Amino acid sequence: MMKRDLIVHTAFAVVVSLLLGASALLLRQVDRVRADEPLQEVLYIPSPKVVERLSLGYKGLLADIYWTRLVQYFGSKHRAKSRQYLILEPLLEMTTTLDPKLLPAYDFGSVFLAQKPPEGAGNPAAAARIVEKGIRENPGAWRLYFQLGFIYWLELKDPAKAADAFERGSHVAGAHPWMRVMAAALAAHAGETETATYMWTNILNSTEDKDLRANAIKRLLCLRVDREVTILQERVDMYAQHHGRAPAGWQDLVADGLLRRVPLDPDARPYQLQDGRVHVQDMEPFPFITRGLPPGKELGDLPGEKGFKVVPQATLTP
Amino acid sequence: MIGRLWAIAFNTFREAVRDRVLYNLILFALLIVGASVLFGQISLDINRIVLINLGLTAISLFGIIIAIFIGIGLVSKEIEKKTLYTVLAARPVRRWEFIAGKFLGLVMTLMVNAGLMSVGFFAAVLYVSHGLGRADWPLVTAIYFILLQFVLITALALLFSTFSTPIFSSIFAFAIFALGTFAEDLRGFAQMAHGVTRWAMTFASYLVPNFAALNVISQVAHDTPVEPRLVLLNTAYVVVYATAVLTAAVWIFGRRNLK
Amino acid sequence: MAAIEILGLEKSYTTGFFRNKLKTGLKPLTLTVEEGEVFGCLGPNGAGKTTTLKLLLGLVFPTAGTARILGRPIDDIEMKRWIGFLPEQPYFYDHLTPLELLDYYARLSGVDARERKAKVARALARVGMGEHGRTQLRKFSKGMLQRVGIAQAIVHDPRLVLLDEPMSGLDPVGRREVRDLVQELHDEGKTIFFSTHILGDAETLCDRVAVLNKGELRGVGIVDDLVREVKGDVEVVWTGAQAVGPIEALGARTKITGDVLRVVLPEAKLDQALDALRQNGARLTSVTPVRATLEDYFLSKIDDAKDGASADGAHATEVRA
Ligand SMILES: Nc1ncnc2c1ncn2[C@@H]1O[C@H](COP(=O)(O)OP(=O)(O)OP(=O)(O)O)[C@@H](O)[C@H]1O
Ligand SMILES: [Mg+2]
Repeated sequence: MMKRDLIVHTAFAVVVSLLLGASALLLRQVDRVRADEPLQEVLYIPSPKVVERLSLGYKGLLADIYWTRLVQYFGSKHRAKSRQYLILEPLLEMTTTLDPKLLPAYDFGSVFLAQKPPEGAGNPAAAARIVEKGIRENPGAWRLYFQLGFIYWLELKDPAKAADAFERGSHVAGAHPWMRVMAAALAAHAGETETATYMWTNILNSTEDKDLRANAIKRLLCLRVDREVTILQERVDMYAQHHGRAPAGWQDLVADGLLRRVPLDPDARPYQLQDGRVHVQDMEPFPFITRGLPPGKELGDLPGEKGFKVVPQATLTP
Repeated sequence: MIGRLWAIAFNTFREAVRDRVLYNLILFALLIVGASVLFGQISLDINRIVLINLGLTAISLFGIIIAIFIGIGLVSKEIEKKTLYTVLAARPVRRWEFIAGKFLGLVMTLMVNAGLMSVGFFAAVLYVSHGLGRADWPLVTAIYFILLQFVLITALALLFSTFSTPIFSSIFAFAIFALGTFAEDLRGFAQMAHGVTRWAMTFASYLVPNFAALNVISQVAHDTPVEPRLVLLNTAYVVVYATAVLTAAVWIFGRRNLK
Repeated sequence: MAAIEILGLEKSYTTGFFRNKLKTGLKPLTLTVEEGEVFGCLGPNGAGKTTTLKLLLGLVFPTAGTARILGRPIDDIEMKRWIGFLPEQPYFYDHLTPLELLDYYARLSGVDARERKAKVARALARVGMGEHGRTQLRKFSKGMLQRVGIAQAIVHDPRLVLLDEPMSGLDPVGRREVRDLVQELHDEGKTIFFSTHILGDAETLCDRVAVLNKGELRGVGIVDDLVREVKGDVEVVWTGAQAVGPIEALGARTKITGDVLRVVLPEAKLDQALDALRQNGARLTSVTPVRATLEDYFLSKIDDAKDGASADGAHATEVRA
């Protein structure tokens, strides 16, 4: 009896150990296949990594929850015309750590972060960092380079880096063909109005997206205003040099033959001339102008531009 | 033997169904419908991703909770209610057959449950993305991995059920599930330790069931395909590990006095 | 061939939090039950009746000893096709109906699919549950469950039926029916081994009985033989009231009906009593031996064990510990 028991126990112990040993060997293989995902040492609170661990592996869902929170947070702040978006960046950090492949979070999140208050958090540097992280995690997503280029170009005013971003992105499979063109253009005429005009015209011609087209048209109109104001200001300055005083009105310039008629802005309203300074009558239709701002307005003091869809990318198909 | 296994398995399944286990499907349906409607509106551009994450997470979690709560009672409840007497005492049923039948019965229950959920889930995916195609194969893989999770957790719950009370069994089962989702981290930590600790931790980390590699939900939510090699390895791993656990269950249960 | 052959079977349970205390369930027991017999296993609560059955059925493992059932060792799986068992206070899967439950058990016992339906129906009818076949068991009363329990023990037509307290929970009609059923099974040539507290049942049904107490076999044999072993009482009837005092001094209580007096005494005291009557001038009417019952035997065996607690309530049919 006792002896038989011993045999049975030994047999079971051996079988179970062998099976567990085999499972450990298989586990090593599994680990090897999954080796691309490096193990993180970080496990301190409060960090996105902790949340990731606490999610028990259901981090995708948690990321979606954070993303939804983020959109709601941004939406409510935006409606309240708040100028402070304190936890926008941490939320975005959390979301993208939980789900590093959540492209919409990089796309929209960086826009929320980059734009000037009250349109966004006014933190383009952080936005660029997030998108760079997105690119590290998703090197095949050309839209992220595109996004990064825009942030450098429009928000950080760094055409060189913008050109670099477009250039890198243009090598990704499936990238929009004119990303290369943009890279080249930016590199050649860093920051010039012509470059901008060229780009927005390109965008206008290459997309079907309603919002994007409206935005491009608006951009182009603003660029035209910029150009016209520059020219008009030159004329006004010429007049002032010649006569030793500023012109009282456009009539003076017409009389002098410097202008043929009273100049109208793209919205068919006359440009204003005040104390020798040219400006538009109403800034509302031209939110992006850099010259000829009405008195008291500052650069970047944009009246509510509709939505935050500056760069919808999903529709930008080659 | 096959007939007896099937009879026990089917009785286990029937008991679960009559205990209204499948009611969780209603909850699941509400969740999926609610999520498709709600998240589609408030999250930008990610309603498909949310649907996949939420749907698969729900399929997995619901199943695991059911597996644990039924699994921990599979044997202990029968001992406590003495229903076992009439099965094992005077019927040509070996104890291992009883264990295997119970195991198959619960796995069958979970598969039917998950299968019904999957139908709803794919219907919702179809609704959100206006079509199903080759790109949706990773979803099937993810569901397959979820079924593998069920196999593991059922085996474990059954093992605990052979020697412990339901309360302790459920604590053990949930703890080991949580540990298993950290399995890869445990192995990572073990690498950083030294001496005996390292040895012991490595040993322990290979002993806990590896649930981490069976969770590819967030991966497939982004249409990233799962490596075929991983499918193969995971299957082999689960078969071997579950067999080890069930063998241990038979070992313990075979020696037990049913008083 | 013997239906059951028990050779020195012994069980001590480990109890206590650390499983370090030993409790005797059954002292080494040797017993043989012949095929075709109705065998009763008697004993007060905690005597070891259930333990014996559980040992035989492989539910608990013996500390020592072996047993054979129908000529096969007790862990032989094939042998189990031929036995049926009713546990004490049977519990069943209460999500099932009796029909489903019996079908499940018949399937486990390897009953052929073609015969199953008929056998299930017959077993239910035999215990008088034919009409309740489709009600879920959780809606059943205790006695109804007991009947279903008996049905499951015989559904697969076993050669040996082991019943642990088959009468418990049954009303008088039910007891009667079960008695008849056991008789029927006996007539069919099956062996029946049952434990009970109800001595009357054992006396009418059993060919042989065994009496257990405190895990120990106190006696085994044909009922009549056992009863004869007991030194019976005698009833003494006389007239003449003067003798009451001396007679009661012998430890008996006198009953008086008119001028007839009556006393029941142990046989051993008869001589003394007769002397007392003679000396007091009483007129002896009759001296009759009182036939001993199984109960008397039972109680004598338990008294032997000097277990005062079990011997009280001497005249109740059921013995309480
Ligand atoms: N699981 C157990 N653990 C410890 N002791 C036990 C266990 N089961 C039975 N015993 C002990 O074994 C002895 C015999 O018990 P058993 O159940 O066999 O009695 P029984 O004759 O069936 O009594 P009853 O008429 O009350 O059913 C008792 O002293 C009891 O306390
Ligand atoms: Mg008993």
